[in-house]
Amino acid sequence: MAWFATLADWLVFGIMGLSPEADAAKALHFFVEDTTKIFFLLVVIVFVLGLFRSLMTPEKVRQILTGRSAWSSYALAVLFGAVTPFCSCSSVPLFIGFLEAGIPLGVTMAFLITSPMINEVAVLILLTSMGWKITLAYVLTGMVVGMVGGLLFSHRRLEHLVEEYVWKIRMGSGVLPVMDLSWRGRLDFAASQVKEIVGRIWGYIFLGIGVGAFLHGFVPTAFFVAHAGPDNPFAVPIAVLAGIPMYSNATGVIPIGEALLAKGVPIGTVLALMMSVVAISLPEMIILRRVIKLGLIALFAGYLFVAFVLVGYLFNAIFS
Amino acid sequence: MKHFLVLGPGCRNCDTTAKLIQERADRTNQPVCLEKVTDMATILGHGVMSTPGVVLDGKLLHAGSVPTPSQIDAWLQT
Repeated sequence: MAWFATLADWLVFGIMGLSPEADAAKALHFFVEDTTKIFFLLVVIVFVLGLFRSLMTPEKVRQILTGRSAWSSYALAVLFGAVTPFCSCSSVPLFIGFLEAGIPLGVTMAFLITSPMINEVAVLILLTSMGWKITLAYVLTGMVVGMVGGLLFSHRRLEHLVEEYVWKIRMGSGVLPVMDLSWRGRLDFAASQVKEIVGRIWGYIFLGIGVGAFLHGFVPTAFFVAHAGPDNPFAVPIAVLAGIPMYSNATGVIPIGEALLAKGVPIGTVLALMMSVVAISLPEMIILRRVIKLGLIALFAGYLFVAFVLVGYLFNAIFS
Repeated sequence: MKHFLVLGPGCRNCDTTAKLIQERADRTNQPVCLEKVTDMATILGHGVMSTPGVVLDGKLLHAGSVPTPSQIDAWLQT
């Protein structure tokens, strides 16, 4: 991983001859390093995982989750949420499909919460940029938040907050042809996954890196110490609130987290912000509005807000 | 003429799928009828939970990702 830092050093300080002390140079260095690192990792990881993707599909997950006892359902739901990648526009048919199979609303919500936050690409990139402790914290927290959320939602009898038509839908049993599992087929699929996923999220990644680079180069550490440091008890809720109107893919938010950590912002505050950016997102809420009434959406966002604030305080306390 | 249905609520992957099918069909000068379906009840009625999904002449061919060009070519050849 130091390879990318070296590349950035050579390009920015060597070839372009900029001074390592200059703000713009620092920002550019961050930008070059993170862009090369993240896109390299993204392509490699998506490709490799694409080779084995046939193992886990929403249809299989739905089958496995149907008719199970409560406890195992929740655990499995968050586990699957963590390992299955899907486009957020699939949230709606997935939601309907799960409910239609009789999977309880709570279990479905658990899956919906964990899915955008934890994906294998983000996890692996997090691992290489911030180390295994933070990665483990992020993953475990995401799963617990998902599970607790699912349990809470099931407890409150909220089925009436799902749009009526959803309960009337009958899912066809379209039998999908078996995926081409030959090596040629797998390589083809893996390549198409890279094209599809990179094509979908590259903008968010650049945006995230851009913001991170700006913070890294132009915003002095003193600013963060004054406003977001361990002395400000409101830093965590403010971080979560700040994350609400922002949206990024889980991978795109990592450079922002990196930059903030390097500036001395406490880990809990950083995690709270990252999760808020990814999990509480306007685009997702708009999509979900098709199947969930405003009341449940508000509860969903409200729960996540509280959960992330608690997570933020917890981790600040543990790691300080 | 082959009648393709592209199932999805209208996100970019669904558009890409439709465009790709049209492109591959144009390459072989094969006229196809492409229809985009965004109605959830219909999408699920076909058994699709992860979009985009592709249905040809009533039969579900693919779901969960943008199909590869070689997959589409294979469908066009049937």
